[in-house]
Amino acid sequence: MIKKTVPNVEEALKGVANGMTFMLGGFGLCGIPENAIAELVKLGVKDITCISNNAGVDDFGLGLLLHNKQIKKMVSSYVGENDEFERQMLSGELEVELTPQGTLAEKCRAAQAGFPAFYTPAGYGTEVAEGKETREFDGKMYVLEPAFKADFSFVKAWKGDEAGNLIFKGTARNFNPCMCGAAKITVAEVEELLPAGSLDPNEIHIPGIFVQRIFQGEHYEKRIEQRTVRAKA
Amino acid sequence: MLDKNGIAQRIAKEVKDGYYVNLGIGIPTLVANFVREDISVEFQSENGVLGMGPFPFEGEEDADIINAGKQTITTLPGASFFDSALSFGMIRGQHVDLTILGAMEVAENGDIANWKIPGKMVKGMGGAMDLVASAENIIVAMMHTNKAGKSKLLKRCTLPLTGVGCVKKIVTNLAVLEVTPDGFKLLERAPGISTQEIERATEGNLIIEGNIPEMVL
Repeated sequence: MIKKTVPNVEEALKGVANGMTFMLGGFGLCGIPENAIAELVKLGVKDITCISNNAGVDDFGLGLLLHNKQIKKMVSSYVGENDEFERQMLSGELEVELTPQGTLAEKCRAAQAGFPAFYTPAGYGTEVAEGKETREFDGKMYVLEPAFKADFSFVKAWKGDEAGNLIFKGTARNFNPCMCGAAKITVAEVEELLPAGSLDPNEIHIPGIFVQRIFQGEHYEKRIEQRTVRAKA
Repeated sequence: MLDKNGIAQRIAKEVKDGYYVNLGIGIPTLVANFVREDISVEFQSENGVLGMGPFPFEGEEDADIINAGKQTITTLPGASFFDSALSFGMIRGQHVDLTILGAMEVAENGDIANWKIPGKMVKGMGGAMDLVASAENIIVAMMHTNKAGKSKLLKRCTLPLTGVGCVKKIVTNLAVLEVTPDGFKLLERAPGISTQEIERATEGNLIIEGNIPEMVL
């Protein structure tokens, strides 16, 4: 067994530096790497590029890094829940690259799986395709999209083991598996870190080969953006 | 004239037994409330769930189980969770049978604009561009005119496009229309709405053939 555990978030984030590109898992605030984000805030790394489907809310998630003006560029599909984001974007302090959600996921997966680029129909004929190579296959038009290149991936899983194997829960899975192994170093934080052999190999979502560092996360807040309920009959 | 629930109720009749359906935010979300109970349908949410159920009872919310609108949801027997790449694989690979989404503008050639208004804060396209580029069966749910009273069914879209030549059917508060090579073909009128009223509210080419029946909800 190749051990991937590190004792804490400080060790897990060793090597992060100004100007780097990071992938961060999560959809809205669901399944975000809360511990890694908190540590990035603490470290104060600047001029970073974040590849993340969303940009958090004003006082949580990536909103914390925005608040500190640590982010130079966001690559996202939807960024609508954040006033500070809007302010920085409109003032030109923050560069934003909007990417269709499926293309964003596939650009991660392509990096993970060793594809330099892929053709997708998403965005053909729209401003997203401007300046990009297009090609027809079987009478339909497609846009060539390159794989992402990133320095670190920060992902959050439900359970993990010493070997770096991961299991996700519910829709907190989202972009997290696609980002594993898609950057030079993948850092996984988990709600429950278990000894090797505790997880059934049949039920692993992401094998440890895609993870370089794994640590036991702490104090998960798991904030809900839109609490919607129905009345009991 | 239909209200938002009426539009959703009419669209629900397009949902057939055995369909996997992706519902967008807004009016499309309401469609789930009107689908017949004697047919088997599974709702997909692109953040990674098939087999979505109703909202949870108070106290039973789970932060790890949400829909693409970031609302807490439940799952039904037979449900599954998956990652975002697989989710859009389902969409791009045309395994999802029906996509229902809202729009700001639809053109008579099937172009759709629903993500960006120049000069206003751009929130992003989310999964809309992937959905419209890939789905074989797209129904747009929207009001026939905007708040200023201007038609949303146009010759050409004026707003930045989400996708080209992709919309097949439109259900509005006034009518059901099909996008054909010659323009918007009027299929049904909303209760109490005349063909003249629909003509006045439609900027794009409107095709009226024979007697147009009133919708049955």
